[in-house]
Amino acid sequence: MYKLSLFIAVGLLFVSCGKKEQSGDDFSKPTTEEATTKADPSSYDPNRGEGKFDKVDLGATLDQAMATEGEKVSGVKCTSCHKATDEKLVGPGWKGVTSRHQPQWIMNFITNPDPMINKDPKVQAQLEICLVRMPNQGLNDTEARNILEYMRKIDGVK
Amino acid sequence: MKNKFVKAIFTIAMGSALLISCKPKNSGDAVSGDAAQKAYVAPGKYDEFYNFVSGGFSGQLSVYGLPSGRLFRVIPVFSVDPEKGYGYNEETKPMLNTSHGFVPWDDLHHTEMSQTNGEVDGRWVFGNANNTPRIARIDLKTFTTKEIIELPNSAGNHSSPFITENTEYVVAGTRFSVPADNSNGDVPINTYKKNFKGHLSFVKVGKEGQMDIAFQIQCPGVNFDLSHAGKGKSHGWFFFSCYNTEQANTLLEVNASQKDKDFIMAVNWKKAEEYIKAGKGKLTPTKYAHNVYNESTHTATSEIKTQVLILDSKELKDICYMIPCPKSPHGCDVDPTGEYIVGSGKLAALIPVFSFDKLQNAIKNKQFEGEYDGIPVVKYEAALHGEVQKPGLGPLHTEFDGKGNAYTTFFVSSEVVKWDIKSLKVLDRVPTYYSVGHLCIPGGDSKKPFGKYLIAYNKITKDRYLPTGPELAQSAQIFDISGDKMQLILDFPTIGEPHYAQAAPADLIRNNGQLKFYKLDDNKHPFVTKGEKETKVVRNGKRVDVYMTCIRSHFSPDNIEGIKMGDEVYFHITNLEQDWDVPHGFAIKGASTAELLIMPGETSTLKWSPDRVGMFPFYCTDFCSALHQEMQGYLRVSPAGSNVPLTYSLGTNLPAPDQK
Ligand SMILES: [Cu+2]
Repeated sequence: MYKLSLFIAVGLLFVSCGKKEQSGDDFSKPTTEEATTKADPSSYDPNRGEGKFDKVDLGATLDQAMATEGEKVSGVKCTSCHKATDEKLVGPGWKGVTSRHQPQWIMNFITNPDPMINKDPKVQAQLEICLVRMPNQGLNDTEARNILEYMRKIDGVK
Repeated sequence: MKNKFVKAIFTIAMGSALLISCKPKNSGDAVSGDAAQKAYVAPGKYDEFYNFVSGGFSGQLSVYGLPSGRLFRVIPVFSVDPEKGYGYNEETKPMLNTSHGFVPWDDLHHTEMSQTNGEVDGRWVFGNANNTPRIARIDLKTFTTKEIIELPNSAGNHSSPFITENTEYVVAGTRFSVPADNSNGDVPINTYKKNFKGHLSFVKVGKEGQMDIAFQIQCPGVNFDLSHAGKGKSHGWFFFSCYNTEQANTLLEVNASQKDKDFIMAVNWKKAEEYIKAGKGKLTPTKYAHNVYNESTHTATSEIKTQVLILDSKELKDICYMIPCPKSPHGCDVDPTGEYIVGSGKLAALIPVFSFDKLQNAIKNKQFEGEYDGIPVVKYEAALHGEVQKPGLGPLHTEFDGKGNAYTTFFVSSEVVKWDIKSLKVLDRVPTYYSVGHLCIPGGDSKKPFGKYLIAYNKITKDRYLPTGPELAQSAQIFDISGDKMQLILDFPTIGEPHYAQAAPADLIRNNGQLKFYKLDDNKHPFVTKGEKETKVVRNGKRVDVYMTCIRSHFSPDNIEGIKMGDEVYFHITNLEQDWDVPHGFAIKGASTAELLIMPGETSTLKWSPDRVGMFPFYCTDFCSALHQEMQGYLRVSPAGSNVPLTYSLGTNLPAPDQK
């Protein structure tokens, strides 16, 4: 009996974890549906991250226009906490970020930070240093892609 | 012998049971079985309903979950609220402007949700200000007050804000009759009968909720108490309870209870619209404020309007009719079908129920017993469906479950009584703790009640809660009404003195496009700062505008120098976060207003005038991250005329000049 209830309790924990990660907060779904989604930590891919981006095509050379747009958006939403150098401000400096992570990882992380903060080993290591969870800044796909291009510019892509 | 003894015990038991139900001594008496389970909502689970409860003399609106009774939010409406900066920051100060100037407090009595086709639709809640008459519209996407309109020619806006079935109008009947605004108010009080008038306001509601006083009807000087719109077959009519038809102006507890019957006034507002089209309204000079909060500039503006269209009930004989109603009627409630109008005489020992069809016939056949100050009085019996006999003491308000039942509160005998609308038979009664006023069934004054819960709002709670000084918490009680018998499942304390309330299924509210944050892109605040690069401090004479940003976990700038005595400093702070539930606060030493509480993507302004030379720290008041304590800064104030240059910075750690 004890074992059974323990089993149920553990099951419930998983279910509620899954729910939390789903905090896209679509209230139109009935609550019963939400509860069935399970979190499976073993399926997490640390190279890809978690989010909607599987593969991001990068040009051989820098898209100057996109990089400029990206710099503009980051001026509103990112540079309060990130410097273009390797110096840490609230969060890590951006210099070198495109060589440390796959482009799809970056795109997933900046558009969908919360689940990755909970799971990604590299992000968790950063959190121990910075102690501030990166906020979800509500970037749309275009903004995110432009920011990625700006990061490439910082990293010297011509 | 034995039989007799049993009988005697039985009689005593019955007798004491009766006594208990008259004045319950112990809360435990009424709770039984699985009651607690029915109100239990496990941590992390959502409630079924949102309950929007008036905060009475607190001037605010509180939001509770049903059936848990959990308090979710207090929305400031008519009173300044330092917690949220409402009425203190520059953006919301205009919301509390009136023709009397800035009014920091009012008494919010009734709430009414917007309706479509006679059903609650989850868009807005309206609330009334009693003291300095106003109506507010609260948006349920943001749970904030979006609009407030003042009511001219009125005093004590009590029978308000009740609404028509497609939110065409919100009405407001004046509790105190007073001389009209454009007449001389400097008259002897005992000329009430001659000089005092009662005005009913019909406030038009636009597609986006925008309010405008379409017209007022000038009526005899009486006290208008409560109201409800007709629905279904009675759509196009409004019903108002009136007391003090004696037109007394002193010692009303005696002088306003002389007559055996007062009135419910039936108003044909469609007819009133026709008269307006025909040019029968008179534009009359007056002064009232109309305040609107703009979603994209995050800023309210206040406009003073100077005239209102008035119809005279004395002249236009077929828009108003008086229905006699025993005695000092308070509540005036229309059942879901629109056929039955329930009057509740505070001092009557019965509940009269009127029939809309019979009223129409009586009007058609001119079954009148005379006129009251120019308004036709319908014969009581001609409009009456019937009376509920000996229901209890002090009937006040009635709501409906959509299954043919009515539930009436009794203030004096502290109980809720369930009765059948058609047969007028009493079906059930439960005690309340104590002195119940209003009650609410989700959707209970609409065409489609959700007859699952009933909430009673009580005025007095002696021996119900732990003592808290001379005043005890007011309270609400939740009853399960899904079965034949009402069952008490929970009670909970409330803020202020709760009056009327409305409730709607939670899904209706949470799926209505709830705002998670203000998009920075859409922020059109005149002093917005989009990004730290744009932060600056600008001096213009003695006015200093600080364009500041905040994000977890710093302000930019965080060092400001060159402010001088005599300056007026405006901190315009933009919260750069674009994530749900991450407001930041702002407070600076010596501030004489309040803090700012800035929602994600929002801009708010604090006006601050330094009162002495020295160093003034500022900091974030809303715990935002592990480095929340580090979210701070300094502002240096120098003497007037000093030559300290205006500078601002973030992250500059230069050695001070004398340490070089
Ligand atoms: Cu903060």
